[in-house]
Amino acid sequence: MSTQSSRLAARAMVAPSVVLLLIWMIVPLAMTLYYSFRFYRLLSPDRTGWVGFTNYLWFFNSPDFWLALFNTLALVGGVLIITVVLGILIALLIDQPVKGQGYLRILVIAPFFVMPPVAASIWENLFMHPQNGLFSAIARGFGAQPILFLEQYPMWSVIGIVSWEWLPFATLILLTALQSLSSEQLEAAEMDGASAFSRFRYIILPHMTRAITVVILIQTIFLLGIFGEIFTTTQGGPGSASTTLPYMIFKQAIAAKDIGRAAAGGIIAVILANIVAYFLMRGLGRNLEN
Amino acid sequence: MARALSPRRLWLTTAAAWFVALLIFFPVLWMILTSFKTEPSAVAMPPQFLSADWTLENYAEVWARSDYPRFFWNSVVISVGSTLLGLLIAIPAAWAMAFVPGKKTKDLLMWMLSTKMMPAVAVMIPLYLLFQRMGLIDTKIGLVVALMLMNLPIIIWMLYTYFKEIPGEILEASRMDGATLWGEIIYVLTPMALPGIASTMLLNIILAWNEAFWTIVLTTTKAAPLSAFIASFSAPQGLFYAKLSAASAMAILPILILGWFSQKQLVRGLTFGAVK
Amino acid sequence: MTKTLRALMGATALVALAGVASAETTITVATVNNGDMVRMQGLMDDFNAKHPDIKVEWVTLEENVLRQNVTTDIATGGGQYDVITIGTYEVPIWGKQGWLESLNDLPAEYDVDDLLPAIRGGLTVDGNLFAAPFYGESSMVMYRKDLMEAAGMTMPDAPTWADIEAAAKAMTNRDADINGICLRGKAGWGENMAFLTAMSNSFGARWFDEAWVPQFDQPEWKATLDFYLNLMNNYGPAGASNNGFNENLTLFNQGKCGMWIDATVAASFVTGKDSTVADKVGFALAPDNGLGKRGNWLWAWSLAVPASSDAKAEAKIFIDWATNKDYLALVASKEGWANVPPGTRTSLYSNEEYAKVPFAKMTIDSINSADPTAPTVKPVPYVGVQFVAIPEFQGLGTTVGEIFSAALAGSKTADEALAEAQAVVTDEMKAAGYIQ
Repeated sequence: MSTQSSRLAARAMVAPSVVLLLIWMIVPLAMTLYYSFRFYRLLSPDRTGWVGFTNYLWFFNSPDFWLALFNTLALVGGVLIITVVLGILIALLIDQPVKGQGYLRILVIAPFFVMPPVAASIWENLFMHPQNGLFSAIARGFGAQPILFLEQYPMWSVIGIVSWEWLPFATLILLTALQSLSSEQLEAAEMDGASAFSRFRYIILPHMTRAITVVILIQTIFLLGIFGEIFTTTQGGPGSASTTLPYMIFKQAIAAKDIGRAAAGGIIAVILANIVAYFLMRGLGRNLEN
Repeated sequence: MARALSPRRLWLTTAAAWFVALLIFFPVLWMILTSFKTEPSAVAMPPQFLSADWTLENYAEVWARSDYPRFFWNSVVISVGSTLLGLLIAIPAAWAMAFVPGKKTKDLLMWMLSTKMMPAVAVMIPLYLLFQRMGLIDTKIGLVVALMLMNLPIIIWMLYTYFKEIPGEILEASRMDGATLWGEIIYVLTPMALPGIASTMLLNIILAWNEAFWTIVLTTTKAAPLSAFIASFSAPQGLFYAKLSAASAMAILPILILGWFSQKQLVRGLTFGAVK
Repeated sequence: MTKTLRALMGATALVALAGVASAETTITVATVNNGDMVRMQGLMDDFNAKHPDIKVEWVTLEENVLRQNVTTDIATGGGQYDVITIGTYEVPIWGKQGWLESLNDLPAEYDVDDLLPAIRGGLTVDGNLFAAPFYGESSMVMYRKDLMEAAGMTMPDAPTWADIEAAAKAMTNRDADINGICLRGKAGWGENMAFLTAMSNSFGARWFDEAWVPQFDQPEWKATLDFYLNLMNNYGPAGASNNGFNENLTLFNQGKCGMWIDATVAASFVTGKDSTVADKVGFALAPDNGLGKRGNWLWAWSLAVPASSDAKAEAKIFIDWATNKDYLALVASKEGWANVPPGTRTSLYSNEEYAKVPFAKMTIDSINSADPTAPTVKPVPYVGVQFVAIPEFQGLGTTVGEIFSAALAGSKTADEALAEAQAVVTDEMKAAGYIQ
């Protein structure tokens, strides 16, 4: 249907977005690339100069680097698994003709409206705190020792908090997918004697593939850059047990004021993100086609 | 796929669904409850539910200590402004991609999304310097532009998926009637896409409202939104759970209420048009 | 209302507005969200009455966020702030960089000589006063008199670390949820490392020798860390590696700590209205080991003017108001003497009214016993009691703080932690060019 002129018009319409995003991507990226090869510490402005790959090497030689890399992927993977699995279960539950479905949906969306620093501080102070938190009160109520969430299970705690923030998103997408599934198909399967599990496995799950893909794609983009929740709760510790790559960069940028290193870390993070994106697209790209 | 259940199963499922929903909501509820307690009551062990000392004092103190209306207004301007500006730029782009797709459209979309993959902390200083040179630090327009660019890929993607659901025949019919390109967009496309645009708008207002890194880095007083308001109440001397809870509630309640009132549109928005 | 009248009123309002605008200067003041600073914002009526031509805009932020924003602004010459709140760590470094405006020209009534010498010394670089202290603090022992009595013990005014350990052991009562001692464990150069560095001074340890060689491989640091870990593991609260000042304050106020060694400013909180043990608290100097140095620090939150400010004169007028003797009197008259910002002026401590405040004497004795220029037993090339006043320290302190915090959490032994600290600090000092 497209003519030469409409093609031209289409180009013109896409152009502003592309140009803006190109600038938005290229300029900071170029500056970051430039700084990543420089000695540039905010607090020592007199000492600057080219340092080659020193800033990159610092990351690779840091004892925390590989752990941070692992933690970054663990955070993304952990939150994805939890939100997708719980999201499917909750969606299946809410999709039943239960009473007050509208109110239920409101309650389930609520965490999505909570600013991340607020969410983290609620969990840290009101729930996980070993003396004043609700969890410790519950543990004591049963005569048990309070669990030291942020000290003994820092990574799990962070994954838990972030999962709570993203669960509404996953649930609602999956719920909407579920609601568009025709009930006749399921009823027919039931008549044929298909078990609940096989109905889920062969009818419901395939129907939700595209929704699951969207959840994974969008969440991965956001989750790869997360550090605010870590900063508020564990500050990457104890030691470096819950340090992720973004948090490691954050420490170099904020605590050490070492812009050169932070920039090198940023470039490494971009490369990591692109590797993850590549595998995601290879694994999931097909699901996005109509 | 909703189907009839036996009364017993209906009752059980309802109970289970409500239990799960309340569990998810509970942290927010607990925070709001805490905001109405006195400080000693807020940290009392065992926790106090009904026996707590209820008070409005935390809200009064938070209100007195900072210029809440200004933070609130800045949040509104920044989140709504960045969303509207984003829509203005994204609608034509998404339209073109949806109805005049080229071979590279999918790649272009993926590339746009990938611009969001740069960790914010890594570009903090470069961007700060850029903003400084351009005199945009602590200006609302600076934040509007920054947040718009940050969310533009999401806006485009969402709109694209909505627009794709609009049958192309309608457009061809209108073209037969001699509609111009702009007429096509304004009179034919926009009304059909309005629900999608509305959900896109809502979702982006929420994303911008909750943004808590750049809004703090790039502002001091004049443009500081509610995220900075929260930062002025966290971790003072002594853990003021109740006051922190009150401040948190004041920061999230406006958006929570907006979200609840418009949850139908939002639910569509959250799906990113992912499902048919 | 007629149209003309309305137009007329509008015009008058415009003129009035223009009149104000031309005479008024706005200054932006960045402060930390702690009690004394928030109180200052409540007393602004006094400033506004005295200086109607200066309008003050506040930026109140949590300490870490404030430091991050202010540092970025000042290091890039941003000029967003006219008055900034910084500590004794930043002042010498930033003063040397030429980032701060000298305050030598404050009016004579300001009486610079009244400032406590130890504090003033920490804010002066090459004879230039670069910041005015808003409040000063050291650290000291706060303990529960009732628990000590019940254990049949008394706390000396100047205890040794052995006294502290004995007291912690006697007061610990796990069944009653009382921990003998609460200390900082949360990682951070201003959190656990402030405490541990000050503590290490009393054990004779130091961060660097005279040639900037890191000293974590020396027996003094081993003794410090072993003692700390032993104390905390046996008598400290659960989850201590996540406890900073705030967490410990809450614990102490809830009656869950027998002792707490921390900032002297905490004294007004543990004896204040949010405390359940307000009338049971005693104070003592920070402990020593008989080596001539005590384990207390020295810090002053101070107000300074960035060199990039475009309203320096007005900024100085504000600083004068916020830190002079009249301000102390103003707070005393409105909020009582116990709430006066402590630790900045000699005259405050000769005031008879102030002497009645229970923690006044211990605070001034603690401040006077800290010496930033000779913090530990052996000579050092740096200034600072609980920090090392070099730009690299913030990063180093944070990293070492994480390592020691991990040791407290039990995921590292003391020896592993010290070896790791030594290795990391050595690398960083090489990278920064202090050592080859």
